[in-house]
Amino acid sequence: MEKFSKDWRNDIYDVFKDIGISLVSHIPDAGHTPLIDLCEKDNNIDVVTLTTEEEGVGLSCGAWAGGKKSALLMQSSGVGNCINALALPNICRIPFLTIVSMRGEWGEFIPWQVPMGLGTPKVLEAMDVKIFRVDYKDEVGETVNAAANFAFNTRKSAAVLLSQKMIGAKQFKNG
Amino acid sequence: MIIRRDFVNRLLEDRKDNLRVVSGIGTSTWDLMSTGDEKNNFGFIGAMGQALPFALGLSISQSDKKILLITGDGDTLMSLGSLATIANHPVCNLTVIVLDNESYVETGSQPTATAGKTNLELIAKGSGIENTYTVFERTDDYKVLKTIYEEDGPSLVVVKCKAESTPLIFPHSFDGVTAINRFKDTM
Repeated sequence: MEKFSKDWRNDIYDVFKDIGISLVSHIPDAGHTPLIDLCEKDNNIDVVTLTTEEEGVGLSCGAWAGGKKSALLMQSSGVGNCINALALPNICRIPFLTIVSMRGEWGEFIPWQVPMGLGTPKVLEAMDVKIFRVDYKDEVGETVNAAANFAFNTRKSAAVLLSQKMIGAKQFKNG
Repeated sequence: MIIRRDFVNRLLEDRKDNLRVVSGIGTSTWDLMSTGDEKNNFGFIGAMGQALPFALGLSISQSDKKILLITGDGDTLMSLGSLATIANHPVCNLTVIVLDNESYVETGSQPTATAGKTNLELIAKGSGIENTYTVFERTDDYKVLKTIYEEDGPSLVVVKCKAESTPLIFPHSFDGVTAINRFKDTM
């Protein structure tokens, strides 16, 4: 698609601008770093660094009550931290959008990432969060757009899972 | 010793139109609801630990309103990291009141960490929230009102209060959608 032809992180940023996201919270992940940088350079997007991912759920909900659209960026390991917090957007039908970079699924070097990577879709489904998975870079923009529209138009929770195959597995060398 | 329900009622007796009040799970919500069925209030009945970040999000998006979070020591202890987040993303319109009765009264009055060695005011200060203090007597009400309406936040006030169970006063609806829609419409 012509509209979504740049780096996929730019595509997410473009969707954020298009739908009027003005608050972005995160626990940083290397996969999200260029997107976080783009948001921080934007004077119309407030960026909040969290101490734990579940804070981003409450923050998003409070912001929406006050009239702001927001998104939470996190790694798959953070999804587990959000379980009970997700009751808030669920019971109040508050639109909630999160963009999750996956770990522990494709070419993962760190075994400690595997349990929560495998658990991520199950946890989200358990809390009634609609999953939008992306495996190809040229589908990132349209997928984030679909997830955001789902969240904000139907007042439900949506998570975009950016696959590790697409992001590229982090490699470490010993020594 | 401060009686929490009386304290909350005195605080909100002549509330101004630009004040929005959020309460944390449990007794804080029953306290807030005891002040009357008021559209400018939103009370948590679940999602423990989420009231602090919710209040921060609301303060960011409604910078021309005064935002007051009334919550307990149990709820605050569950989201201590949010104190650091609030301090580092400062919002001048947010006041957090922690009704610290040093116990989980709703579940059988088990002691919280503040009954032991933990001091929430010092944690807030150490997290970087500059305007913090603790009140022990009801004569300090005026000071808290000044903090809410006049001082630059974010502020955190620990109110040491008596641990006692109080009558449950429910919000006009337990339905979250009804509650949040009504609250959002006041913005």
